[in-house]
Amino acid sequence: MLKSLAIILMTSVLVNNYVLSKFLGICPFLGVSKKVDQATGMGIAVTFVMLLATAVTYPIQTFLLTPFGLEYLQTIVFILVIASLVQLVEIVLKRYLPALSRSLGVYLPLITTNCAVLGVTINNVTDGYNFVESMVSSLGCGLGFLLAMVLFAGVREKMENCNPPKAFRGLPLTLTAAAIVSLSFMGFAGIVDNLFA
Amino acid sequence: MNKNYLKILLNGLIKENPVLVLVLGTCPSLATTTNVTDAVGMGIAATLVLICSNIVISALRNIIPDKVRIPCYIVVIAGFVTVVEMLLHAFVPSLYDSLGVFLSLIVVNCIILGRAEMFANKNNVVASAFDGIGMGLGFTLALFAMATIREVLGAGSFCGISIPILRDYCVPILRDAPGGFFVFGVLIAIVAAITGKQHLKGAGCAGCPSAALCGKLGNCAQAEQSAEQEEGTANA
Repeated sequence: MLKSLAIILMTSVLVNNYVLSKFLGICPFLGVSKKVDQATGMGIAVTFVMLLATAVTYPIQTFLLTPFGLEYLQTIVFILVIASLVQLVEIVLKRYLPALSRSLGVYLPLITTNCAVLGVTINNVTDGYNFVESMVSSLGCGLGFLLAMVLFAGVREKMENCNPPKAFRGLPLTLTAAAIVSLSFMGFAGIVDNLFA
Repeated sequence: MNKNYLKILLNGLIKENPVLVLVLGTCPSLATTTNVTDAVGMGIAATLVLICSNIVISALRNIIPDKVRIPCYIVVIAGFVTVVEMLLHAFVPSLYDSLGVFLSLIVVNCIILGRAEMFANKNNVVASAFDGIGMGLGFTLALFAMATIREVLGAGSFCGISIPILRDYCVPILRDAPGGFFVFGVLIAIVAAITGKQHLKGAGCAGCPSAALCGKLGNCAQAEQSAEQEEGTANA
């Protein structure tokens, strides 16, 4: 039991990294990765919302949509739940934890339209995980996102001083760097099977 | 008047290509371009959703209260995504399986929400429909270009048909994640080199679909790009 959970966690953090191998959540990955502290903030906020979204959407799917044959409403219901959840979290944080709200607050509105969050909730249902497995998988995806963001922000800070050809300035250079970071993550393929063998 | 609509249509195809110039909808453009069939399927599905949602949002633009417009747009878009999803599931099951979760994720595709926010809520129904067609075709075209490069060079085939000599000398990494980032970066650089500008002028934060939600960060890549460009023009 514990072993299978560990495998899910490691797989979603390293092997099936949401950003670098599944291409989910590219917008914040390219947009908010200019400084390490911002990248960390965004990563933590995404992890938090992913966990929360899974905790809410899993019961909705299991106890409402599936028993009543309403699976086709999944997309609409999930996106609305996530959007309202993000709003709610923002309000609650502002009221009770103003310090945390100041540091994470700016990232929260951006998460509503983040495909990684919607992706993880849908994938959990598609993969047929139970509640605990879903939560672990969401935690793994969030941590994987955080890891990719922080690593990449570190790379980008170093790139500030380089002088690329004119056409490559800005986004093309960022994407090329992302290709190299993603290449390094390909090295993790197969690691999980041996790690828990 | 007709010329005007043609201009809107062509605008999306080339001058304001959503993927290569506005840099919206990056996730599907990276994920579904490993082969041409998937890429074109994704492009057409997104185009259908974009046209329908643009028409409906434009028709309702005076009814939707400004404060809750984003949730309203999301509901309209999600509705059409569900329709397209069901149609594909019924008529093209192979495409439905290979696109997988990315079909549902059309909901959060920045192009569609972005066009609703930037165009459909300011223009009439016909113009919005043309904008939807132009942007959708531009998206499909960009996906097609990327998928062609990745499939021909990465797998030595085109639409699943293998090409004699190329298939022995293909570069499989182009089909994997790193190749996706790399081809995308090079394509944007080529477009920038041809058009002679690094980024479209109006595409700063105003062009970003998150602008309506964000507005506080002002530190994203888009802002950085437009700032860099202003610097460039100032130096010139």
